[in-house]
Amino acid sequence: MNAVSKPSEIDVSCRLPLLVLFISAAVWLIIGSVFGFLGSLVFHKPDIFNSFWFSYGHLAAVKSTSLLYGAGIQLGLAFTLWLFCRLGRTLLAQPILVTVGAGLWNLGVTVGVIGILAGDATGFEGFDMPGYANLIAFLGYLLIAIFAVITLHERRERPLFVSQWFLLAALFWFAWIFSTANLTLLVFPVRGVTQAIVAWWYSANLQIVWFGLIGLGAVFYFVPKLTNREVYSQNLALFTFWLLILFGGWSGIPNSAPVPSWIPALSTVGAVLTLIPVLTFALSIHGTVEGKYSSFTANPLLKFVGIGVLAFIVASLMNAFSSIVQTSQITDLTWFTPAKTQLNTYGFFIMVMFAAAYYIVPQLIGMEFPSPKLINAHFLLATAGIVLIVLPFAIGGIVQGYMLQNPANGFLSIAKTSLMFLRVSTMGDLLILLGHLAFFFNVIGLVRQFYVARATAAFAAATAEIGSAGAKA
Amino acid sequence: MNYGPLIFLAAFFALASSWFGFVLTPQMQVGQLQQTNTVPDGVTYPLGRPGIAKQGLDVYRANGCAACHSQQVRQTGITSEVRLTELGTNRTAVVKAIAEVKSGFSDTDLNGSLPLTVFKTDEKPRSDALAKALAGAGAKAEVWIVPLGPDLQRGWGKRRTIAEDFIFDSTVMLGSQRIGPDLANVGSRLPDANWQLRHLYAPASEVKDSPMPPYRFLFEKRRIERVRSPDALDLTGQLAPEPGYEIVPKPEARALVAYLTSLQVNESLFEAPLTLPAPAPASTNAPAAGATNAPAK
Repeated sequence: MNAVSKPSEIDVSCRLPLLVLFISAAVWLIIGSVFGFLGSLVFHKPDIFNSFWFSYGHLAAVKSTSLLYGAGIQLGLAFTLWLFCRLGRTLLAQPILVTVGAGLWNLGVTVGVIGILAGDATGFEGFDMPGYANLIAFLGYLLIAIFAVITLHERRERPLFVSQWFLLAALFWFAWIFSTANLTLLVFPVRGVTQAIVAWWYSANLQIVWFGLIGLGAVFYFVPKLTNREVYSQNLALFTFWLLILFGGWSGIPNSAPVPSWIPALSTVGAVLTLIPVLTFALSIHGTVEGKYSSFTANPLLKFVGIGVLAFIVASLMNAFSSIVQTSQITDLTWFTPAKTQLNTYGFFIMVMFAAAYYIVPQLIGMEFPSPKLINAHFLLATAGIVLIVLPFAIGGIVQGYMLQNPANGFLSIAKTSLMFLRVSTMGDLLILLGHLAFFFNVIGLVRQFYVARATAAFAAATAEIGSAGAKA
Repeated sequence: MNYGPLIFLAAFFALASSWFGFVLTPQMQVGQLQQTNTVPDGVTYPLGRPGIAKQGLDVYRANGCAACHSQQVRQTGITSEVRLTELGTNRTAVVKAIAEVKSGFSDTDLNGSLPLTVFKTDEKPRSDALAKALAGAGAKAEVWIVPLGPDLQRGWGKRRTIAEDFIFDSTVMLGSQRIGPDLANVGSRLPDANWQLRHLYAPASEVKDSPMPPYRFLFEKRRIERVRSPDALDLTGQLAPEPGYEIVPKPEARALVAYLTSLQVNESLFEAPLTLPAPAPASTNAPAAGATNAPAK
């Protein structure tokens, strides 16, 4: 174990746990978008399901749980494990236990989703899974995170690349926020609106800090790697890191909240100051590609990263914009809120993770994707889907917000106006679902090919032996 | 030197800063809120939710109602009004005093029954000054504080929602969207439990074109045994069950409606007053009984 490990050996050590993580994430993406699509059908025909299990609140919660916990966190963990091995030039520590961890995590999310459908959702947005499911998932997370940290500790390449900073902080921080949320909201619930404050804090820390750290860590790895350049400035990247962890966690509490006004005021400050690391991040990427944005179209994977970078910047701007007192009067409590969270979670984080999956999976099994066309098709579907969801939500939200400002507008007419935008977004949901199917079949197709080839080889080897033994006899 | 531990500590504190700010500090401040007294009546507020309304909150959570409904009435500001309650004997002086702050005010504007709102402003000192001037002119006037905001004008509440309103609730679901109307004060707006039940069973029957999904699974269809249940819904037309059957709310529906009708925020509090008379201006040096210092926002 003292020698620096070869990339191929590393990939073999990661194969099982990472394939489990990637493939289950792909399945959760499909589940999430199926539920998203079912949810948006309610806006076309309110009494379509007429059942407790499939009430709109449940569909929406399952969609966000599958997206955040089923897909988002698993993809983030898979990337983290792989990058710690690759950059540290070391084998993954205890791949079997990591695989067990991945299994526990998936079990937890499955139990959580069934719990939500059965009426056990916590009632906190972005933290919908019931406590018993969280416990299972958390054990899985700890198993994965502990061996990720051990892998990092055993690295042969001592100096840390900036991406490793981002990922290590994220590993630690999710354990902290998830246990805080579980303890203060479910195990020993705090009183009154403190619950809402903690839930908002948790949600912002998951979506802005955790996704931010892992997503940016991936961008800082892939952009230089795929364009064959150096990171523009290691210090600028580290500066981004420090400011993101310092300011990112403060946003998320809306001005409309019935809480002492210092809390949303501080939150506004946090959301606006988060624009500084966003700016330094943008400068860093600009410097790395030397201003040649066309390099993002050169490689199908860089296209995913490029959209991710763009979505991150726009989502952060939307977040700052909607946290200012005057504009929040319009945007709070409207469809603008899901527009920005969807853009951040999906447009930024999941998109960057698609690039990671497309980069890593072929290396794990030593095979290339048969056709870049399928990847391109996935890219187009996903991008069009995001635009068709985020744009109608954002515009619809602003229209809804303006209409709510005037008490003369009846609420029903406002609801009807926003329905129009929602119905457009159903189209986006459908495209995203198709994109996820493309992703799933891309990955599963390659993996299947690999195991079929292996089985054939094993069969051939076995039969060859029989043949030669027969000849001898 | 190995900077590792130092960097780890710095990163920990940077990340944890928001934990101190948004978990620990609110828990020490908001988490310790106690009951308070209404102003000016001095009644204890809030009281816990009555009877099965508490279970109703759980039904509200289990059905994911908060995905579409917020419970936060916003207030954008306050205004103060001067209301003339007695004209006194010197009508000319009264008109003159009002005309000084409100140009174009003439004698004919005083025609009308008292109390009459003669002046509105965002700056409360100007109202106080006018009230004083009117007192000097022999009339009697009161300064009233009026909360403002589209939510209030829409009738979604009489004042803004504040942290105090939720101290006995768990889970607190403030909602992040208004796909449906705000429910912070729905119990005052629509207090009829039967209406609420019919609305849950078939929203469009009570609110024409309502996009809300029906919650029929909270009800059961039963064969009428001897007499019709007093709880059976009065349904007409297509919704009515076939003869000999009735639609009765399940316990969940009853609890949910008890919760919804318990959502009433009618109490005037120190930090969130309803429309009410402002305290006498500070120049009197004596605190008026039951006075409130409405926050000048």
